[in-house]
Amino acid sequence: MDPRLQDPDLAFTLNGAKVRAGARPGMRLSEMLRETLGARDVKIGCNAGDCGACTVLVDGDPVCACLTPAHQAAGRQVDTLAGLVAQDPDAQALAQRFEDHGAAQCGICTPGMMVAAVALLRDTPQPSEAQVQDALGGVLCRCTGYRKIIDAVRGADGPARRDDQGSVGAAIRRLDGAAKVTGTEQFGDDIAPPGTLEIALIRAPHPRARFDLGDLEGWRAAQPGIVAVLSAADVPGRNLFGVIPDFVDQPVFATGETRFRGEAVAAIVGTPQAVAGFDPADFPVTWHECPSTPDMAGAMAPDAPRLHAGRAGNVMCGGKVQCGDVDAALARADLVVEGRFRSGFVEHAYIEPEAGFARLVDDRLEIHACTQAPVMDLEALAVILGWPQDRIRILPTATGGGFGSKLDLSVQPYLALAAIKTGRPVRLAYGRAESMQSTTKRHPSDLRLRIGAMRDGTLSGLQFDGLFNTGAYASWGPTVAARVPVHASGPYRVADYRAGATGIHTHAPPSGAFRGFGVPQAAIAQESLFDDLADGLDIDPLEFRIRNALRNGVPTVCGQVFDQGVGIGACLTALRPAYARERAAAEAFNAQSDGVARGVGVAAGWYGCGNTSLPNPSTIRAGLRADGGLVLHQGAMDIGQGANTVIAQIFASALGVPVGAVHLIGGDTDVTPDAGKTSASRQTYVSGNAARLAGADLRAQILSRVNAGPDAVIGLGDGWIHVVDGGQTHRIDLSQLAPDAMGYVLCADQSYDPPTQPLDENGQGAPYAQFGYAAHLAVVEVDLRLGTVRAVRFVAAHDVGRAINPLLVEGQVQGGIAQGLGMALMEDYQPGRTENLHDYLIPTIGDIPPIETLIIEEPDAHGPFGAKGLGEHVLIPTAPALLNAIRRACGVRLTRIPATPSRLRAAIRKAAS
Amino acid sequence: MRYLTPRTLDDAYAHLASGGVRIVAGGTDVFAASGPRDLTGPILDVTTVAGLRGITRADGQWRIGAATRWADLWKADLPPGFHGLQAAAREVGSLQIQNSGTVGGNLCNASPAADGVPPLLTLDARVEIGSLRGRRVVPLERFVTGVRETGLAADEMVTAVLLPDPPAGAVGRFEKLGARRYMVISIAMVAVLIGLGPDRRIARARVAVGACSAVAQRLSGLERAAIGARPDAVRVDPDHLSGLSPIADLRGSAEYRMEAVAELCARAIRAAGQADG
Repeated sequence: MDPRLQDPDLAFTLNGAKVRAGARPGMRLSEMLRETLGARDVKIGCNAGDCGACTVLVDGDPVCACLTPAHQAAGRQVDTLAGLVAQDPDAQALAQRFEDHGAAQCGICTPGMMVAAVALLRDTPQPSEAQVQDALGGVLCRCTGYRKIIDAVRGADGPARRDDQGSVGAAIRRLDGAAKVTGTEQFGDDIAPPGTLEIALIRAPHPRARFDLGDLEGWRAAQPGIVAVLSAADVPGRNLFGVIPDFVDQPVFATGETRFRGEAVAAIVGTPQAVAGFDPADFPVTWHECPSTPDMAGAMAPDAPRLHAGRAGNVMCGGKVQCGDVDAALARADLVVEGRFRSGFVEHAYIEPEAGFARLVDDRLEIHACTQAPVMDLEALAVILGWPQDRIRILPTATGGGFGSKLDLSVQPYLALAAIKTGRPVRLAYGRAESMQSTTKRHPSDLRLRIGAMRDGTLSGLQFDGLFNTGAYASWGPTVAARVPVHASGPYRVADYRAGATGIHTHAPPSGAFRGFGVPQAAIAQESLFDDLADGLDIDPLEFRIRNALRNGVPTVCGQVFDQGVGIGACLTALRPAYARERAAAEAFNAQSDGVARGVGVAAGWYGCGNTSLPNPSTIRAGLRADGGLVLHQGAMDIGQGANTVIAQIFASALGVPVGAVHLIGGDTDVTPDAGKTSASRQTYVSGNAARLAGADLRAQILSRVNAGPDAVIGLGDGWIHVVDGGQTHRIDLSQLAPDAMGYVLCADQSYDPPTQPLDENGQGAPYAQFGYAAHLAVVEVDLRLGTVRAVRFVAAHDVGRAINPLLVEGQVQGGIAQGLGMALMEDYQPGRTENLHDYLIPTIGDIPPIETLIIEEPDAHGPFGAKGLGEHVLIPTAPALLNAIRRACGVRLTRIPATPSRLRAAIRKAAS
Repeated sequence: MRYLTPRTLDDAYAHLASGGVRIVAGGTDVFAASGPRDLTGPILDVTTVAGLRGITRADGQWRIGAATRWADLWKADLPPGFHGLQAAAREVGSLQIQNSGTVGGNLCNASPAADGVPPLLTLDARVEIGSLRGRRVVPLERFVTGVRETGLAADEMVTAVLLPDPPAGAVGRFEKLGARRYMVISIAMVAVLIGLGPDRRIARARVAVGACSAVAQRLSGLERAAIGARPDAVRVDPDHLSGLSPIADLRGSAEYRMEAVAELCARAIRAAGQADG
């Protein structure tokens, strides 16, 4: 018993049952519910009331459990999601609607959303949209874009079909949705048993510092409950990690000097009580702040401190693509526009901070943590520990949002080192501040462009020079440098092109992967200047884009020619009706509005699916047990986007069985082959192809046993398979087949690697086997005197080749638009100033307007059933469409995001003077 | 470490007098400021004190108990003079915050961006303070003395906010400016209380601004200038804002705040005038 427990008999009613629990004075209700009473359906996103994930009902009123003293529960009635869905018919109906609408993606905010919604529905059974927004405005979601949540709460019938085979093209529910809406999904911090030893990290308080560690062992011995201290000396292998082989440069624990605020230098491991009472200021470390260069201009100055040996001028690396003769093309252009566009850090702000649990099992290490890339985690840990890979097992938990940042290691090395040093199970969940301080960000950018066009609107030359602030360590910076020049033309025919992107190191958090890898920043610049060109040439902005849109048979800036599958023209033309309608509506609105002006903007984007000219295989395994059980080893991490469902739909369709017959096994590295990282919008395309091949392989094995023809119908039974071929039915008795080591009587392992080719020194080649395409229309209203922007509507056309699951497609589109809107209007991470979710703002349920999704299906020859990737594509046109809409509303072209009220009003004022 | 749950004010005062305790009510500010860790120190939970929560009226005076939740306030049926305060109550954090956070806590937290303060200023609020030494009442503008600073002594606690009846027929209004719809710290905010005469011109005007100075304040010059004007024709001059000293921070520049406040004042006065009658 914790000696500080004053009142071990705090009595109250939890989910209808009388309970007694102990609580420390000053303990949060959320912690007591989770750790003392096992209510792990209460999620911790911020411990500051900023995200609402921990919402519970106290005497029927929704409150943040993280802000409620545990002792205030005494004598009261507390309800959590799990209790509500177990007992309350309204909550049960709501759970069904959440599944039918796809209102839960990653599921980390779902408990908070649903609990808040239950309270609303008890008072207001048929709420308006505004009432839903008011009631749920205190819960943040980073995945869904909120619209499906609004629909689910309001009680509309959901689009999901439940009685379907779930074949490719069917808008079925998520296969893994039930756990998300009942509170039983286990995320990174939900695995560790109560009482598990906890880890806390000692982090640098300055952008750059030297430091001296004191007598760590002496200090530890004097701290009750602290069982170990870790530092670089405890790293048995290589004290470095990274994601790009030539750029592995980030220490697990810094030595000598720290390079960004929040970098770890040591860790303590102790009992929950000891860690809860630990004040980092008591740790024996002495800091010496050093001169730092937090921005690119400073870092590129001749006398700037060098962050890494061998990277002169703090240049990490660069990438370039060039074709034709850009100088000549710009010289002959009838109109040349140019601009400089800048953006800051953007934080992923998933509602689940990084978290995990580790333990030693015999002589092996098990890591249970949220991740986007279990096999990369395993490989990196093997290097850090100096262990063979087969001594490490990664068991990914549910991942409460990733968006790129959970591709990198975060908690995993500390969990591993602590488990090894103590020999005991350990857990670590980042607080919101340390999550924001220490994990990767979207790259700040400083971009200069010149674009030319002829009088008829044909593009004539595009020159792009981009600097990207990659922060203290490389992370995925080299990928950004490589990707941006390939994409900076946008999905257009640009015959004369020169684009370069360079990553610069600064004393700032590492910039890494974030939905789009630098392409969203580039698209803002290019698509804004396209509106300049259209206006200068007096051509309609949408028609200007249609005129220049890439087409089948026309080379990209890399000289890659697709003779099929180029869907940008179809996306853009699909916007024509909405564009005409919305512009007319805006004109009518503006004719009678005073002080508020409406504008309609368009922008487009493209994105290559998979790694850029690098091997990028996925393997999917499927097995049939003797009892007829069909198992899919689905290693493509579902971080909310829906891979568990999409991959299963593809597999089941290829095999020819209902998707309901598929039993999913996740990315456990002991039993599931590597399906690659959830990144680069590659899972539907690459892992989907592996699943298609695995399904086809298994089908062929089954059919060949009975010499059935290709159109035969497979039926799975209890220990047998029926194959109906023409009028004939064959029965395969599975008990007669010998099981393999995994227990499968039939098994298929299939891999797929996209056919790409290297880029030459001018970036010419075949970087991707497929691109996906998108075009967005945004309608905004600008309050001219306050500079505030209200998004009114989006229409989003997306060429996905084939919508494997249209419900999930809409979910990706709406969620991506919400992130794009945040980036355009409010998100601005500043180290040391916005390390929380009230100074760093992301959109709330009141900020996202209705979104109409136009699904374009221009099949791709390489995609499974014609499908293309989607996840990152969405975010690319959103911000430029909004900025173009702002410009149409008030005549101001912003060149720096976010378009905060202060910044936009200053621009309006300047334009008027 | 103790968690104290007094039932009476005298018990609470006694704990305060013994020193070193931390007052907690809704918990929404203190936990948000504590990082991921527990609250430290002996804790005095004042929400268990009888009679500290609720809105009552007696002898021409309104009394809002210090532990009254913001949701209690906006759900209450109050005359139009309180509508600005009620609108502000709906903007405090989120619904979850409004269900926990208290009026007294908002004042004691003394944030320059506290949504509750400007409308209370327009209502001529006074703060009732108690301790073993007795009871005292301080005008709100003298209670909050600086950024995160109040005139509360260590052995004292706020027990209520006292408000006179708003002028008959006066309408309150609250305008909040933030960079997103919900859960947003104000860039600036304005509360007004406007009463019109029979000629539809402004007969009474009270205007208060938050997040544009260390302590929210009334704009007495603007209040005087507004008298006699039509609500849609009040001009906000730089002189009227001369007492403000907004900072530049990540939410906006000082210049922007000054400009926005002028606009918000005009809008709030206009809207209150339209709502009147």
